[in-house]
Parts: sequence; C-alpha cells; structure tokens
Amino acid sequence: MADTLLAPAEAASALTPERPTPRRSGAFATPRDARRYALLVVGLVLVALGLVAAYLLLDNPGRPGSAGYWLVAQRRATSIVVIAVVAFCQGLATVAFQTVTGNRIVTPAILGFEALYVTVQTAGVYFLGVAGLTALSGVPQLLLQIGVMVALAVALFGWLLSGRFANLHVMLLVGVVLGTGLRSVSSFMQRLLTPSEFDVLTARMFGSVSNADASYLPVVIPLAGLAGGALLWRSRRLDVLSLGASAATGLGVEHRRETRIVLTLVAVLVAVSTALVGPMTFLGFLAATIAYQVSGTFSHRHVLPVAVLTAFVVLAGAYVTLKHVFYAQGMVSIIVELVGGTVFLVVLLRKGRL
Amino acid sequence: MMTTTSRPAGTPDADAQTARRRRGVPWLLLATLGVVGLLVASLFTGQYDVVGADDGAWMFAVTRVPRTVALVLAGAAMAVSGLVMQMLTQNRFVEPTTTGTTEWAGLGLLAVTVLAPTASIMARMGVAIGASFIGTMLFFLVLRRITLTSSLVVPVVGIMLGAVVGAVSSYLALATNSLQYVSVWFAGSFTSVFRGQYEPLWVVLLVLVAIVVAADRFTVAGLGRDVATNVGLNHDRVVMLGAGLVAVATGVVAVVVGNLPFVGLVVPNVVALRRGDDLRSNLPWVVVLGVGLVAACDLVGRVVIAPFEVPVSLVLGVVGSVVFITMLVRGRRRG
Repeated sequence: MADTLLAPAEAASALTPERPTPRRSGAFATPRDARRYALLVVGLVLVALGLVAAYLLLDNPGRPGSAGYWLVAQRRATSIVVIAVVAFCQGLATVAFQTVTGNRIVTPAILGFEALYVTVQTAGVYFLGVAGLTALSGVPQLLLQIGVMVALAVALFGWLLSGRFANLHVMLLVGVVLGTGLRSVSSFMQRLLTPSEFDVLTARMFGSVSNADASYLPVVIPLAGLAGGALLWRSRRLDVLSLGASAATGLGVEHRRETRIVLTLVAVLVAVSTALVGPMTFLGFLAATIAYQVSGTFSHRHVLPVAVLTAFVVLAGAYVTLKHVFYAQGMVSIIVELVGGTVFLVVLLRKGRL
Repeated sequence: MMTTTSRPAGTPDADAQTARRRRGVPWLLLATLGVVGLLVASLFTGQYDVVGADDGAWMFAVTRVPRTVALVLAGAAMAVSGLVMQMLTQNRFVEPTTTGTTEWAGLGLLAVTVLAPTASIMARMGVAIGASFIGTMLFFLVLRRITLTSSLVVPVVGIMLGAVVGAVSSYLALATNSLQYVSVWFAGSFTSVFRGQYEPLWVVLLVLVAIVVAADRFTVAGLGRDVATNVGLNHDRVVMLGAGLVAVATGVVAVVVGNLPFVGLVVPNVVALRRGDDLRSNLPWVVVLGVGLVAACDLVGRVVIAPFEVPVSLVLGVVGSVVFITMLVRGRRRG
C-alpha cells in the first residue's frame, strides 16, 4: 500500500527536478529519513547481536570446549531468550497502549498487573511459607497466573469501555486505584512474614531474568508470538487509532471495538512478561520513548520493531554492563527502573501537552 | 447528611448561603457526636482490661489516650491536606498519595535512617517534611508546565511520579538491606503509638490552624491563577504556602504513623459532592469525617482478627479504593 502511495509522489519529483527533497506521503517525509531509519534498524540489530555474543561468551568460567563451558553457555542462552521475550512483550505492549490511550507517558504496567503479581507471590509465601513459591512455579501455575491477569484486565475493559459512558481515562484511573488497593493488601502480608521468608520473596518482587525457568519458554514464546504478531498485523489500524476517536471512526475503523482488541492483546503481552520475570515498570516506557525519538516517524509498522529492538538492547546491555563491569547482576531491574524513571521525569517536564 | 440542594459556592446570594450554613449546623453536630462515639469506642477497645486491672488507668493513659489522639490528628491532617491540594490544583483526584508526596516522605525517612541511624525523631521528621515539600513542589511544577487534555490524567501522572521515587527508595533499601523496614513503614498503623512517641503529631494542630486562617485564600486560588491574580492574590505565594502546609502534615504523619492512603481523596470529595467548594465552611465537615473515617477503619482493623491487628492502612486501602472507584464510575455518567 505504501508503494502505491509513494509512486505518484516519486513521479512528480521526476517531473520537477529543481526541487531537491520533495515531501512524500508515507511513513517518512524525505528519502533521507527513510535511509536513516534503515541504518538505525541495521545498527540496532548489530548492537543487539554484539550484546548477545558478549553475554554468551564473556567470562565463561569453564575451559572452552569442556562440558562445563557448554553448560554455562546453555544457561546463558536461555537467559538471552528470556530477555528477548520480555523485550518483545514490553516494547510492543507499551507502544500500542500509548497509542490507544492517546498518551505518551503511560505504561500498561500501571494498570495493576504488577500489583496483582506481587500480591499473588506474597500470598503464596504468606499462606504456604517458602514452599508456597515452589508451589507457585511450574508451567500450569504460570498459565494460571497469566490467565488470571488477562481475565481481570479484560473484565476491567469490558466493564468500563462499554455502554454509553465509556471513558478510557476512567478505566486507566480505576486500574491504577485497583493496583493501589492490591498493594496495601500485599504490604500487610509482607509485614507478617519472617525475615527469611521475606528474603525469598524479595527475589520475586523485583523483575529478574533468573525468575524464569527454561521449561516456561515453550509455552510463553507461542503466546507472546501470537499476541505480538496480531499487534504487528494491526499496525496500520493503530496508525488510524492514533488520530483519535472521531478521526478513526471517520476513516472507517470501529474505534471502541478496535481499542478493546488492542487492549486485550496488550494485556496478554504484559501478563506474559510479568508472570515470566516479574515487574518491569519503566522498561517499556523507556523503549517506547527512545523508539519515537530515534525512528523519526509515527508509523507503527516502523516504530514497533524499533521499540522491541531498543528494549532488547537496553535490557541485555544492562545485564552485560552490570555483570562484567560492576559485578552487580542482581540490580539490573532496579537500575532499569531508575534510568527509566529519570527519563520519565525529563520527558514529563519537557512535554507541553498530555 | 445534608438534605438541602447543593449550590455552587460563592453565589452572590449571601443570605441564602448563610441560611444554608445554619441549617447545616445541626447535621454537623450530629456527625461530630457520631465521631466522638467512635473515639470513645476506640478508647475502650483492646486486649488489656483498662477498667478492671490494677494498673488499668495507667495503661489507659499511656496507650489508649495517645492512640485516640493520634487518630484524631492524623485523620484530620490527611483529610485537610487532600482538600487543600485539590483546591490548589483544581483537580478532584489529587491527594498526598496520588501525587507522590507520601513516597517522597518515605524516601526522606529511609535516607535519614540509612545515613544517620541515630538521628532523633525531630531530625527524621525534618528530613521527611523537606522531602515531601520537594515532592509536592515538583508535582505542582509538572502540572504548570503541561497542558492537560483530561483532569483524570493528573493522578496518573502523580502515581507514575510516585513510582519513580518508589524505585529510588527500593534501590536504597535493597542496597542497605532495609527493604522490610520500608514495606512495614508503608503499611501505616497506630499500633506503635504510645506516650512519648506520638507527641510530634501535635504539630499538625498548628497546620490546621494555619489552614483555617488562610482558608479564603485557598478558595480564591482554587478559582484559577488568572482569577486569583485579578482579585489581588499572590497566587504563587499561596501555592507555596499550601504546599508547605501539606508537606508538614504529610511528613509528620509519615514519621509517626506511616502511610494513610485515600483519606485525603475520599473525604473532601464526599463533602464537596454535597456542599460545593467553599473551603472555609467545608473545613469542619472535612475534619469531622476524616477523623471518623480513620477511627472507624482503625476500629475495624483492631476487631476483625483480635487479638491481632490489621494495620489501618490496609483497611483504608480497601475501603478507599472501593469508594473511589464507585465515585469514578458514577461520575462518568455526569461526564
């Protein structure tokens, strides 16, 4: 479709050679922007591959070729796949969520997903002791957690986005308030834990790649792939949705129905990521903000892949740097949250409109 | 509650307004009586038999009375803080927990605990107040810098800001191994209130007096920057004053009691639904209902799993989120 749109513009530019850079329709204003975008994607892919190599090969304690060496490499390969899944989920979900809500400073994580995750984990330790966390891991339990999160999110959208008084902002705020309520339930339970139980829980309360188990991947990858693929497939509709409700309706997109479909896909992606590794509030925000800054276009077909690549580079980069430069691997999610939070503040203060 | 039809405040028809205010007085007395009843119940609820035991009177003076006084002061402080913030930001959804102010107070408290573990309670309080003031001003700055498309975005921004500060806090807490301390702090509770520990809360009384004195200024500031400047009010100074008072109240309550979510949100909104936006005549109602809400939730927390206690912040969190969501959902009908 883009090619057919481009063709007349290119023909026009051939007829009037004295105009050096004619405006074109399509995702990019000038051919230079399009070239820049292509370079950007290639660059990001190269950086990502470099990070993968560094993550897999640097400081392997085993002798190259020995059994131990391969064991370590295999474990690291699993982690890299987990990072890729999380980056895919968070990058796509945040960009789509921001488009649907018409607001570039929110992330889907604030809709209470994380509070729910923390509540479930805390309740596990509270009612069943440290054994509770073991009882909560495993593929069926993972699926159950994802199912509960998605079901609650869909119920929330269904309730608040239907009827005559549907209002997206009310839905957003209700989600946030639900999260606050859940958080006070879990902080009560945390208060009653013994320090050793609390220590075990702490590991789960912060997002970490080591929370994921290799056996989860065969379940999680198809789920994330389906939901993410559906979002990518709908990227042109997302372009239309970003114009606002009335413009979208005028262009023949059923705004409310489309919004609910996109939100459901977002819910699946965020639930998968949260159930897999735990809370990562600002990763998606960071990725989406950087993606919009660098890609130089608002076309979702182009922004979405950049957001995924950025999320991957940020997360894998944080792991590699913290592991090999500062020897503080456990801090990764907190550092990402800190950087993301700071960027959030800067964006908020520089932005003129919300 | 009031049965009169509510009119917008500030109508020129002053006689009618005075009449309405007078008709409200018996209801206010009734509500006050109800809250006093709750407070008396609070004085006599607990595991220790203060009437029968030999040292009952002593226990009563050392634990029950301070706890009840703390309930009154903290409830009033949080409700009034919410009211003032809502006036200054012209937004119904703003209160210390939805602007990140409480998170800032927690960060200040944590910082002082980590850097100077032996600091006195006054020093802790000073730092917590300073941090909440910075947080409140930062939020006001953000609000001033951006044009909003919907008033509902404001609390979302505030909660995101709070999440950023919370991330800093948890980094600090994890690095210094005091994470459980933070989570215990976040669950505000009156369990640890006794004589010798709660007295700093009396500072709140000064804040309340200051707010009563400046009430009309806040009401005018609530009409917006332009209107306020037009009638000769230094808007910036009133905003600074309001932020300072809210910071003092939040900081003190944070140090002595902990986090009390939703009090500042639910109470002023319920009052404003009935009575409009005149801060001076609403203040007694907000104080009485704020104290009543905190006292009732604390009683519930003390009774449900006796002899143990559920912290008041949990009860408030659950009750508050239900009430708030009901308000939001009913409010969207009116648009």
